[in-house]
Parts: sequence; structure tokens; C-alpha cells
Amino acid sequence: MKNSRLHMLVCGGTGCESQDSNKLVNALNLVLDKYGYKDEVEVIKTGCFGFCEKGPIIKVQPDDIFYVEVKPKDAKRIVEEHVIKGRKVEDLLYNEPVKKEKVERQHDMSFYKKQVRIALRNCGLINPENIEEYIAVDGYLALGNVLTTMTPMEVIELVKESGLRGRGGGGFPTGYKWELTYQNKNDLKFIICNADEGDPGAFMDRSILEGDPHSVLEAMAIAGYAIGAEKGYIYIRAEYPLAIHRLNIAISQARELGLLGTRLFDTDFNFDIELKYGAGAFVCGEETALINSVEGGRGEPNAKPPFPAESGLWNRPSCVNNVETFANIPPIILKGPKWFSGIGTEKSKGTKVFALAGKVNNVGLVEVPMGTKLRDIIYEIGGGVRDNLKLKAVQTGGPSGGCITEEELDIPIDYDSLKSIGSMMGSGGMIVMDEKDCMVNISKFYLEFTEEESCGKCTPCRIGNKRLHEILTKITNGEGTEEDLERLVTLGDMIKDSSLCGLGQTSPNPVLSTLKHFREEYLEHVVNKNCPAGVCKGLSKKKPVNKQ
Amino acid sequence: MKSLEELKAIREKAMKKLNVRTAGEEEIKILVGMGTCGISAGARETLTAMVEEINNRNLQNVVISQVGCLGNCFGEPIVQVNIPNQKSILYGKVTPAKGKKIIEKHILNGEILEDLIIGEAFH
Ligand SMILES: Cc1cc2nc3c(=O)[nH]c(=O)nc-3n(C[C@H](O)[C@H](O)[C@H](O)COP(=O)(O)O)c2cc1C
Repeated sequence: MKNSRLHMLVCGGTGCESQDSNKLVNALNLVLDKYGYKDEVEVIKTGCFGFCEKGPIIKVQPDDIFYVEVKPKDAKRIVEEHVIKGRKVEDLLYNEPVKKEKVERQHDMSFYKKQVRIALRNCGLINPENIEEYIAVDGYLALGNVLTTMTPMEVIELVKESGLRGRGGGGFPTGYKWELTYQNKNDLKFIICNADEGDPGAFMDRSILEGDPHSVLEAMAIAGYAIGAEKGYIYIRAEYPLAIHRLNIAISQARELGLLGTRLFDTDFNFDIELKYGAGAFVCGEETALINSVEGGRGEPNAKPPFPAESGLWNRPSCVNNVETFANIPPIILKGPKWFSGIGTEKSKGTKVFALAGKVNNVGLVEVPMGTKLRDIIYEIGGGVRDNLKLKAVQTGGPSGGCITEEELDIPIDYDSLKSIGSMMGSGGMIVMDEKDCMVNISKFYLEFTEEESCGKCTPCRIGNKRLHEILTKITNGEGTEEDLERLVTLGDMIKDSSLCGLGQTSPNPVLSTLKHFREEYLEHVVNKNCPAGVCKGLSKKKPVNKQ
Repeated sequence: MKSLEELKAIREKAMKKLNVRTAGEEEIKILVGMGTCGISAGARETLTAMVEEINNRNLQNVVISQVGCLGNCFGEPIVQVNIPNQKSILYGKVTPAKGKKIIEKHILNGEILEDLIIGEAFH
């Protein structure tokens, strides 16, 4: 056996891979070989560390040293200095933007200090392409315990007690969903994992699948046992090739060890998983449209009820859960529902992963307890607004969500508080905007997206969103009138009230919410033909006097 | 997979490999000085021998790290033992065999090897 004393964990997420982290791994191995240190040092490609802003990342264990923006050509220096002489390579350490000092250890970085990693617990720790490493961190133990010591109803009660709610956007209590599907008797039932992740800018689910695919497989098997299903589908967009690749490896390794297949843990329970590829339509993330797409039909939603729990895939009871929801299941089983419900707020338990993006210093993936203040996420974890500009708004919930302003930054964020201020949790996109962003233009961007992504089945969404987009285009071209603002509200409310699925029922939110919080800015556009942020072409770019 | 025992057996084996990676604050740390002087005095051999010993004895709560020059170049190879809530101990002229002895006596049995000590550590 190799007696390695140093582990070099190199981020192998999509972000870092696109910046040559694969070449870095090869370079490290080459140099280690050349100096004769191959047996003492192991280079491991892991999932995403979340600190995408400064990728590619290397973490050296057991020293807990964190190197950022490492290029393949740095491999030689790292081996010569760190491996051979035990000295840190100073200029590859992270420079804290606020305190302006070098930080050596991951534990001391503000980016990580406030994070609590449950769903992302293994991302950046294990090699996702090696099932034994997952087993080493208690992988498949929850499944083993469930199958050998618990009844399906006991599993459901446990998940209910934990207070876990769906992370795909709706926030429906997961245990209840499992119970509903359990109660609908049928000889065939299905577990479906929703890995469509269509929200622009979001990559939480992708990172979990790339960094810890087995946690999702294990959770799906547990869910299958709970509701009485022997078959699971993962609906994943074809634009996620790395996640697909690692899932395929994970599935075949799990089959080989008999952790998927027949008579798992020598019980009567059989379970297997198949991947279904989506073509990348946003609406296919909606569960009924997703089910149609898995069946080979058009990705269009159906009216609910019936809910999938009664009649889903092939008209059988089906349970659709999000990737991150599943990733929370094994730790909940192993550590108990009380541990989980001890984290978070009264009605939102546990943590949430957010994809932090936009005008913030530390763009990346963060996991925080529910109830964390938005201010802490942006100023502590995120390192503040870029270029010291003033924060204008934070967009959450993507094309279905809304904007949060400076005044609301101290609200503890959870499903209900975000809703109460006119936004929503959504799947976890979080985009920071500064004074150079034009809110009218931002809503136009989202409407352009929903217009394109509307499946066209129902009229309010198909035509209504098109009209909303047209009005916004008119305003940003300097041709809008005050009446147009009223039209936006009337039309927006109408679309929300009469659309068939969640897409149309939420698509006017970005317009309505910015119109509520930034009416002055809309008025500047239509009355004075002025875009204060200086974004809209053809309009003047003056800061309004005595305003804002 | 036939049983929990089978899974746990795979886990035990795999955990050994991940021990280096999952090191936490509460663990025993052994630091080996690997400056130029340490290396030329044979610190790498000592380090390798100690890593081997830890693995052979399957000590999950001990991590071994290399550090730069510890400042006592006359006494190389130097090994520092940090046990949480105890005074750090600096050993000098640690050959591979003595390194193994440190693990056997100090780490496992709490017996400090007085004749190897060259001083108290700063950190
Ligand atoms: C337009 C639209 C897009 C959606 N996209 C996703 C998605 O990409 N991923 C996801 O998990 N849920 C998405 N949902 C929510 C799903 O319909 C469903 O509620 C969710 O997968 C249930 O899982 P959960 O209870 O674990 O959250 C979307 C909903 C709508 C209306």
C-alpha cells in the first residue's frame, strides 16, 4: 500500500476544468514522478470547492493550505517548495480582498467561515469517480441502515420530522411528498430526480452531481424504499456532460458492488437507476413537463391535479425531487432528524446552496444555514460588491423571482421571508447588482428568457410574456409612456393568475418586483427618457437630481 | 452488497486512505522539519518511516505534516509532537528507527522520550 503523507485535492468541477485543472493534475503527477515523490504524495481530482472566482483551486492536506488560481506551470514550484521543502508558495495563497492579507488555511478564509456544508459535504473532499472514497465518508451506510432496520413508514416519519423542504424551488415538505406517493398503491411506482437546473446562472445541482454523485444515488434508493419504487430516473440536461459522465461511472460502480440492483443488503428490495437526457428547455424542469419529456413526449406541462404522486410517469405514482433535496437525505438518516431541524429557521430547516454571481467579489457556490442574512452572504462570504461600488439589488429565484433591496438585506432568508418581500428562494440563484445595472434592462433580460422558454401551450404565458417583453423593449428604447407602466402591472397580474404552470405563474415577478422597488428608475426612462445607470442605448445617461 | 458488515469492511479499508485528508483540529499532529538542513540530515527517510508506522498501526487520529526549517539546524532531523492540550515536544536527531519509537512510546503510551528532547516548541 502507498503511504501517502500529502493529499493534493485539485478541483475538477466544470469551472476549474475549463481553466485547465486537468492539465494541472497531469503536470503535478509528472513533476512528482520526476522528483521521486509519487509514493508520498497523492493527487486527487475532486468536485467543486465553490470558490469558483479564484479557480483552479488546490487544497493540500493535512496542512489545510489553500492555493488559488493555480496554472499548470505552477506545478513545479508547488512540488519543489511545498512537497520537498515544506514551505508554502506565498504568491499562490488567497489574498483576502477586505482585510488585504494573505490567508493560508481554508478554515481561516471568510468565504468558508460562515458556511455549513451538508449538501456539499463531500464536494472538494472525495474523488467522485471512486465509490470507495464515498463509502469511507459513511456513504451507503444510511441506505444499509434503512434497509436492514427501518420500515418505509419509519423512513418517511424521519424525513417529515427533519423538516426538509424541496430545494427545487417550491419548498414542498419532502416527507409529506414521500408519504403521498407511498399511500397511492400501485404495482409500479417511480422515483425521479430533477437535475434539469434551467435557472440562468445556477449551478448548485450540477456541482453536487459532479462532486458527489453517489449521495444522490443513495438517496434515490432510500426514497424508492420509502415510497415503494424499484426504479429511479435522473432527468439531466445534456449540456451537463461532466455530471453525466460521473453519474454513469457512479451508477456502474454502485451496480458492481451491489448497491444498485437486486436484493440490496440481502433484503427483498431491488432498485436501479437510469439517466434520461433533457434538451435544455427551462419548462422541462417543471415536474409534469419533465415527466412528459421522460416518456418521450413534448416537454409541456399538464394541469395539476392529478399530481405526480397520484399519476405521474406512465400514469403511475411518482415522486419528483430535486438533486439538492436528495443530497440532504443520507446525513439526515445518519445524524437524525433533530440534528437537521436544529439548523435553520422555524419553518425552513437545514441549509441552502446558493450560486452567488454578478457584481460580487467572490463568485461561487455557497451553502449557508437557512436564516442567514443576505448581508452576511454578500459582504462576508462574498467579500462585498466589486470595485467598491454601491449595492443596488440582489436578485433571487431567477426568472421566477424578484429583487431585494439594500433595506431588506438584514432579513434572515428562508422560503417564507423571501416570499414576504416579493421574491422567492427558487432553486438558489443569487445575482448581485450594483449602481451600474439598470433594473428595467434586467427585467427585460428575464422576460426575453421566459418568452423564449415558454412552451406555448397556454395563451397567457405564450402571448402575455411576449407583450411584456415588447413593452420593456419599448421603454428601454426611450419610447415608453407612463401608461406602459400600468400596462405592465395589469398584464403581469393577469399572466400570473391565468397561466397553466409555474413558469407563467411566476414569470412576471422580475418586472413586478423591480417596478415596485425601483419605480423612480422606470419613471426616469418613460418621462425624462433617461437611463440613470447609463445602460440603455439611445437614452440620456444623467444621474437624476435629488432622487435615489 | 450482502450486509452492513460487508459495507463497513470496505469503509474501514478506505478510511485509512482518507485519514490524511479529513484531519481536524482535535488530532495529534507530528511535524517534521524539512528545510534544506533537515532534508540533508535524512528528514525525508524519517518522515516516510513515521508515515508507514502510522499506517501500519492504523492510527486514525494522528496526522503527520512536513514543515520548513524549525530553527535548530544542529539537531536535524527534528520532529515536533503536538498533542491537543499538552505542551509541544521537540525531538532532535530523529532517525527512522527513533521516529518509529516516538510513535510507539510517546503517541501510543504517553511516554516522553526524555533523551531525545532538544527543547520546547514555540507553537
Ligand atoms: C418553470 C419551472 C422550472 C422548474 N425547474 C426546476 C429545475 O430545474 N429543477 C428542479 O429541481 N425543480 C424545478 N422546478 C420545480 C419542479 O416542478 C418540482 O417542484 C421540483 O422538482 C420538486 O422537487 P423538490 O420538492 O425536491 O423541490 C421547476 C418548476 C417550474 C414551474
